[in-house]
Amino acid sequence: MSVSVRSTILSQFEQVAREQNRKLAPLTDDLVLMDSGLDSLCFAIVVARLEDALGADPFSASEDARFPVTLGDFIKFYEDAAK
Amino acid sequence: MPQNDAGPHSLWEAVSAALPSSNPCIWSADSRVALSKLTSGSSLEGAPEQLRNRSVLILTRNQLSAALTLVESDGIARRLVLCPPDLDLVQLPYIIAAAEIDVIVSDCRPEEVADSLSVPFIHCSAAVAPMSVTRRASQGTEWVLFTSGTSGAPKMVSHTLASLAGAIKGGGPLSQAPVWSTFYDIRRYGGLQIFLRALLGKATLVLSDAAEAPAAFLARAASRGVTHMTGTPSHWRRALMSGAAHLLTPQYVRLSGEIADQAILDSLRAQFPNAVIAHAFASTEAGVGFEIEDGLAGIPAGYFGDATRGALLKVQDGSLHIRSVRTARCYLGTQKGALLDAEGYVDTGDILELRAGRYYFNGRRGGIINVGGLKVHPEEVEAVINRHPRVQMSLVKSRKNPVTGAIVVAEIVLKSRSASSPEDAALKSEIIESCQRELAAHKVPAAIRFVPALEVTPSGKVARPDA
Repeated sequence: MSVSVRSTILSQFEQVAREQNRKLAPLTDDLVLMDSGLDSLCFAIVVARLEDALGADPFSASEDARFPVTLGDFIKFYEDAAK
Repeated sequence: MPQNDAGPHSLWEAVSAALPSSNPCIWSADSRVALSKLTSGSSLEGAPEQLRNRSVLILTRNQLSAALTLVESDGIARRLVLCPPDLDLVQLPYIIAAAEIDVIVSDCRPEEVADSLSVPFIHCSAAVAPMSVTRRASQGTEWVLFTSGTSGAPKMVSHTLASLAGAIKGGGPLSQAPVWSTFYDIRRYGGLQIFLRALLGKATLVLSDAAEAPAAFLARAASRGVTHMTGTPSHWRRALMSGAAHLLTPQYVRLSGEIADQAILDSLRAQFPNAVIAHAFASTEAGVGFEIEDGLAGIPAGYFGDATRGALLKVQDGSLHIRSVRTARCYLGTQKGALLDAEGYVDTGDILELRAGRYYFNGRRGGIINVGGLKVHPEEVEAVINRHPRVQMSLVKSRKNPVTGAIVVAEIVLKSRSASSPEDAALKSEIIESCQRELAAHKVPAAIRFVPALEVTPSGKVARPDA
């Protein structure tokens, strides 16, 4: 399960970057999201598409008031929501 | 000059009255201007005197040059029209005619603005050149702002310095030496509020920069000792995701321009445990309606009809109406329409719902979508989608989004198709691409769903879920 969550997220990053003509930084777990090359509109699109693809919106479901900072946080956020 | 007005007659009078005991300055990403420099210098080519009694269009690339022009021309010019950073220059002839513009002040070259201009052009800059200046306010200048993100001819809204800067309850803790900053561009209402609040409060202001990443801006704001910081919930979500929010130690954090939900208020509380966290309602037309500092989303029902708060609120036909000294006076140009109702209230178009003693926002009348503070008219997006040869009809609507508050999504009925076809993904991409060619990025649907049918009203229009 977690592998597919990860790969779904990574492919969404790549697709949205392509659509929005953004140069994407190498997608490592310690990449700070705001340094990834995507702006907040891109993230909004990624999150909307992930909601469709994974059937989960961990942002509204989460009790945790912290926002994910790195790509690793972001993936874990979705993996935890899928558990 | 108005005699019965207790407030400052001009922005420069307010700023200069504080000199030299306090010497506020404005920081941009790459420079700093101490406002005291304006006592013996100007950012305008020539001198501010040439703007006397003129209707002035302020069209700048740089926020700092716009800021200096505002300080220098308020009280001198008859009218100041402040262009937002994303103004479509195609609209320039309409704006010049509708606002009876006499002169354009800009930090661009004339040929960058238009091929040929019908009005004189004065160059301004983000630096103050020494020169002998006399500054004498001779009138209450009219300030004209644009409403955000409307399609077609831009809507221009008329204010005065008093209506833009009038006192409102709230405003955070009084600090010895506040340093203000805002994620907003000061050429929009939300940013202009903070520009005026800083200058009239004799405080220093740190400007944002569209070219700067959130983390870099936060680091810069922190290094300038920012104590009071404002932005939309989307700005703040981006700040929290930047990994640099911890650099700030604000006393006052304010959200406006979009609905502040409980999640973002809680996140900011966790990040800034010692700050006052306020959410405010403000719009270009209605002005500032309220500021709420109890850390909870929504508006306490007790705020309605309470005249002691500086603005009167009422709910009529389901939406928030505001009456205050801070509401705009009128619209300029052909998009006139009535701004105020018979009792002097502005209808904000924001739908409210009462739950357990508080009013909560529940979308906008007419289905206008607010993507990170930028408005989207669904009809504009539908018109583009409907031009695709395979599309029968479409419905563009809002979906809640944790990053930008809302995002645009579309439901589309195709002219002919089987239940689910393998070419769906390619067709979706094709439609999204056509939207990207014709629309600003925030208006392009993030997700498309093909549906067999859409509900149509008896009058033949696509049924639009109201809010």
